Amino acid sequence: MAIASTRKRPRERFAKPMAELTLIKTAAEQQIAAAWDAAKDRLPGSRALRAAAFERFAGIGLPHRRIEEWKYTDLRALMRDAKPLANPPDAAAKARAQGSGKLLVDVDCRRLVFVDGAFVPEQSQLDALEPGLTIQTMAAALAAGEELVTAHLGQVVPAQDDVAVALNTAFMGDGAVIRVAAGAALERPLHLVFAASGDKPASIFTRSLVVIEQGARVMLVESHEGSGGDYQVNTAVEVKVGDGAHVDHVKITAESATALHVSTLMAALGARARFNAFTFTTGGAVVRNQLLVRFDGEETIAGIRGATLIRGRQHVDTTLVAEHAAGGCQSRELFKSVLDEQSRSVFQGKIIVRPRAQKTDAKMATHALLLSEAAEADNKPELEIFADDVQCGHGATAGALDQNLLFYLKARGIPAKEAEALLIQAFIGEAVEGIEHAGLREALMDHVIAWLAARAARTGRAERG
Amino acid sequence: MAVLEVRNLHVEVDGKKILNGLDLVVNTGEVHAVMGPNGSGKSTLAYVLAGKDDYEVTAGEILFDGDNIFEMEPDERAAKGLFLAFQYPLEIPGVATMTFLRTALNAQRKKRQQAELSTPEFMKKVREAAKTLGVDQEMLRRGVNVGFSGGEKKRNEILQMALLEPRLCVLDETDSGLDIDALRIVADGVNRLRSPERSMVVITHYQRLLNYIVPDVVHVLSRGRVVKTGTKELALELEAHGYREYQEEAA
Repeated sequence: MAIASTRKRPRERFAKPMAELTLIKTAAEQQIAAAWDAAKDRLPGSRALRAAAFERFAGIGLPHRRIEEWKYTDLRALMRDAKPLANPPDAAAKARAQGSGKLLVDVDCRRLVFVDGAFVPEQSQLDALEPGLTIQTMAAALAAGEELVTAHLGQVVPAQDDVAVALNTAFMGDGAVIRVAAGAALERPLHLVFAASGDKPASIFTRSLVVIEQGARVMLVESHEGSGGDYQVNTAVEVKVGDGAHVDHVKITAESATALHVSTLMAALGARARFNAFTFTTGGAVVRNQLLVRFDGEETIAGIRGATLIRGRQHVDTTLVAEHAAGGCQSRELFKSVLDEQSRSVFQGKIIVRPRAQKTDAKMATHALLLSEAAEADNKPELEIFADDVQCGHGATAGALDQNLLFYLKARGIPAKEAEALLIQAFIGEAVEGIEHAGLREALMDHVIAWLAARAARTGRAERG
Repeated sequence: MAVLEVRNLHVEVDGKKILNGLDLVVNTGEVHAVMGPNGSGKSTLAYVLAGKDDYEVTAGEILFDGDNIFEMEPDERAAKGLFLAFQYPLEIPGVATMTFLRTALNAQRKKRQQAELSTPEFMKKVREAAKTLGVDQEMLRRGVNVGFSGGEKKRNEILQMALLEPRLCVLDETDSGLDIDALRIVADGVNRLRSPERSMVVITHYQRLLNYIVPDVVHVLSRGRVVKTGTKELALELEAHGYREYQEEAA
């Protein structure tokens, strides 16, 4: 009874003072506050930074559907409770996470493994670092007050008022701090493996910072996966891309079926840079991927793409803000989702063109393929243009597979499920093609094919019968 | 021996009667032309044979090698040897022609309990068939029919037919949209596939195609049924006099 009443919003027509409003908290909010009180003295790094972030969270609370940015992903309703902060992984937890990152087993990457949010050196490759590459852990860098961290953390694309970022900043435990010196070209992709052991209910907060200096070449992959269990992830990555640098970022979210996963990518792009981001999501009960990309220098070209394949009651939200703050840049945004059963995808994409960002060329498209009557896609594209000499456009579609195309394939002897799979692969393939690294492209398409095969196995027999 | 037997076929689309007691028997190795005015039900016949949804069969039967075709899905009919060359071949962006051909061929082989073709075997087969039809390698790498001209799309249909080696080919207005040179290439491709084991149903509005693909039997379709059957001379007669008398007769 007590909990039920705390979920309700106070009646605002009495215009109660703010202090009184914030007294009423959900169970999850209360648990987060308790976790903060218990952990604030042992978390590494500056207390002030964390405390300020926590206060911002406490002032806002968990966002709900009346907050425009969270309208389609009511975090307050979706997050019934907050799990206790994850413990450092023991030997058993590390052993369970041993097979993580296998999606990219055929790609020669430098792997940095985090289990339940903590760095696991024995599963990581820190030897023979390429010239110009330095890697530290976030926990150590925070504790030591590393200059790179104090100079950039939380400042790459400031997002103080974002609840997910505020919580992440308050609770961040570990992550990677990577610096790539000017002109360095890393041949092997860096693969940050974030694994959840699923040992017991846990909240995992990871934060990474990647500073890529002028003219460097980096491929950065992060994968998030779990082998089961009830856990919540809040992860954030800040990427500073120097002038003339060439950076690919691929994020794979394959969390376990009951996991809640909130992520934020904050990327600031210098001049004449190339930046390719890809967000690939198949796993997790509730996933929110926030992408905040700011163009700070002129003549940069960026592709921001993504693909989501979900089923059951999965809910995946992609919220993108591409801010053109400098002129002459080109951005291409393409997001595709394939929705089976009762799953739901949300795409909120906003392109902002600042007054000085003349000659901006931005095109955003989002397409949803609904494989069932009960699936739902919410697409919300927005353009905010303050410059007068720009080319901006957006398009959004949602629909079923083309029956005529299916018939054409079937008439050539291809069974229905296989025909559907071919068309779905082609649909997703258009977005995946934007990834430059052939091995990564193939690994993701293999994952798509596996997803489709599982779907065919699940439904094939039922429909034939 | 009859490959195809259509008996008293009645078909409706959205409650509108299109086929009205159609009968057609095609024996092994024969080429039958089905001619008729617009709206006589020619394309409906093609689609019902291939198994497209949205066509409601209210009476009659179709036997393919003696088996009831209505109990088979479109892919099962194809694997059994039925091929429809589409009047308007569809574009499939993102599915490379090569992938499409290979998936189709291997799906059919699998259903017939034959081993899948190895990559070199498949490539050799495709290259040979493509060469005779003037389909270049670049076209095979592109998405199915994406950016193809009308003539290229029709050639791609015949390429599929050559690869899949069906026993019953249904060509739905294969001549439509083709200039005389393209028509000759397509017709040559079809003629090369004529054999004592293969039957064809050539659906066309114009006699012109039948100068190149010479039929054994010609049927005139009007208002959803066959109103006259004859030899190839019947096609020439139609060319001279039009469909008018048959339309009146059917009415």
